[in-house]
Amino acid sequence: MGKRIGIEVSLAVSEAAKLANVDVISAYPITPQTHIVEHLSELVADGHLDAEFIPVESEHSAMSACIGASAAGARTFTSTCAQGLALMLEICYIAAALRLPIVMAMANRSLSGPISIWNDHGDLMMARDSGWIQLVAENGQEAFDLTIQAFRIAEDHRVLLPVIVNLDGFTLSHVIEPIEILSQEEVDKYLPPYKPKMWLDLKNPITMGAVGIPEVYTEAKKAQDEALKGAKPVVIEAWNEFAKLFGRKYQPVETYKTEGADTLLVTMGSTTETAMTAVDAMRAAGRKVGIVRIRLYRPFPKEEFLAAVKGAKQLAVMDRALAFSGMETGPLATEIKAVLYDQAQKPYVWNFIAGLAGRDISVENFTEMADGVEAAAADKLPQGATWTNVRE
Amino acid sequence: MKSAAEALKGFKKFNPKKLPVEEPLTPGHRACQGCGEVLALRQVMKALGHDTIVASATGCMEIITSSYPHSAWKVPWLHVAFENAAAVASGIEVGYKALMRKGKIPEKKVTFVGMGGDGATADIGMQALSGALERGHNFIYLCFDNEAYMNTGIQRSSSTPYGASTTTSPAGKKSIGQSTWKKNMAAIAVAHGTPYVATCNPYYYLDLMNKAKKASLVEGPAYLHIYSPCPTGWRCNPEEALTTARLAVQTKIFPLYEVIDGKYVMSRKISKPKPVSEYFAIQRRFRHLGEADIAYIQKRIDEEYNHLLLLAGETPGGEGEAKEE
Repeated sequence: MGKRIGIEVSLAVSEAAKLANVDVISAYPITPQTHIVEHLSELVADGHLDAEFIPVESEHSAMSACIGASAAGARTFTSTCAQGLALMLEICYIAAALRLPIVMAMANRSLSGPISIWNDHGDLMMARDSGWIQLVAENGQEAFDLTIQAFRIAEDHRVLLPVIVNLDGFTLSHVIEPIEILSQEEVDKYLPPYKPKMWLDLKNPITMGAVGIPEVYTEAKKAQDEALKGAKPVVIEAWNEFAKLFGRKYQPVETYKTEGADTLLVTMGSTTETAMTAVDAMRAAGRKVGIVRIRLYRPFPKEEFLAAVKGAKQLAVMDRALAFSGMETGPLATEIKAVLYDQAQKPYVWNFIAGLAGRDISVENFTEMADGVEAAAADKLPQGATWTNVRE
Repeated sequence: MKSAAEALKGFKKFNPKKLPVEEPLTPGHRACQGCGEVLALRQVMKALGHDTIVASATGCMEIITSSYPHSAWKVPWLHVAFENAAAVASGIEVGYKALMRKGKIPEKKVTFVGMGGDGATADIGMQALSGALERGHNFIYLCFDNEAYMNTGIQRSSSTPYGASTTTSPAGKKSIGQSTWKKNMAAIAVAHGTPYVATCNPYYYLDLMNKAKKASLVEGPAYLHIYSPCPTGWRCNPEEALTTARLAVQTKIFPLYEVIDGKYVMSRKISKPKPVSEYFAIQRRFRHLGEADIAYIQKRIDEEYNHLLLLAGETPGGEGEAKEE
């Protein structure tokens, strides 16, 4: 049986990779991901995990070696964030195109410059269009569970795509939380051994990564796009099976006190728990406010999101990243507006840029966001954005 | 771990009358007429045989052999990007190692290869190669050196020889062409403590095949620097690719040697060298060079060759034990 213990979230993520019995880990250190790879190195060094740890000379080589190992048929894990992701991103796109089920934990951190090691979703957004499945954890238990689920999702022959498990740097990665660590028997019941569909097999040699001439490139990319779209039901299936076995239920989009709500805060990641405190107080004061949180970011759960915001009058969409579009909108709000565009009845959307590079987002800030979107909607302002907690 | 010298004890050379008939790299690919690079690759693959897995960098050999839905490869082959073939090969090697140890696939001797051109090796892929050599993976890295970025249209690399005219080091009124000396990649591989390093050339095909086989027998990394004549980029006639390859050795411009556990051994000692001008004469990339330029290059080539002989414990100018052309 699983055991509930106090453990640092990074270590819990490493334990999840260990319980998944990974064969190869290839990683390069970067704050705040370091505790994940340090603990995995220890598990290998002490013989608790029978795996090869490749201490590569860069994140670019980390992902390159992951591709080699995964193509050889090994269950493969890595971890990075921010600048590390930026360096390996070229290879991330290729990992998805090669349909290799690599799992990567990303301890979300802001992008340079200026250089900053603190938490936001700049890296998550940088990987947005790379073809990876992206899951976003709210707390330590989720980071642990999603890591185990990620292998099952990635390796499913209906999917065969790499998966990023996002966990907020420091605010999740470095905190100690009570987490139920599943037993090996439980994980084995949930996660079947990895059986590659195509691999670098001497008996049946294949050519991987061939040149895509104009006559085939578009078809190859369409097939990849279909695979990503087709991943959603498999993700849901993997989450339903997890709930059946262990009782914790996961959905692509989570809702909190959304019944009859006029105003919804739209969030991703660990700040959602702060938002909950704000919503509790606002509900107690008689305000109709709730939360919609996106857990499955790629593929984007359009239908589930539309169902979750149905009936709401206004959305306060929080972006912990920028897209530098020259327009007053962060990347998540832009996408949500696109999702809402063809709806006959659609809520008013105001965007809040908040929590860049670890800047605190307080309970009051979420109340201000609800106030702000309601006032803007009442004044019928053209939809725009507010920078929360910024000195001007 | 066995030293390279121990691993190569009793090495059986290829018999020219009984060369392997197998062709892990098949004909029908799209190489240019007279391509010396694909010829060298074919010879290497014949020597290594079918229990080989190849990670290729982006470049000529990648595009000519893998245009979907065609493939010239009869061994498992993976191309990812330009600068990471060594890192990819290290991942494949480690993946196999882990799966064999965990009993998920049967134990077997497999040769892991990473390969790239001179740009993919000496320039953009240098870091990944350095990392893989330093970590000591049991793999062979093949650098096919055609002395410029030929796939993109003959741009200079750090492996382009001094004085060569390329599209980004063009000879002109104020330019001699390439103004820097060729990077010594073999020495860089040696500096990593690589157990087996060798230079090879497709004209001397038995030497090349023997070195490829030796590279597969040593434990840990091996690096082969393979001279790869490119008539298209060097502006010579396609039928002269191998003449060029032979002259490169006879003029001491591209000496053939091995470095076994750090110890240099000449494969072929040239005591009656031909002048470098003979080598330059059949390649239009050098046609702008004047007498003074050629004299400078000749002097530096002589000095470097003598230095190499000293490393190998041989006497410059004298008759050595190594076979002469």
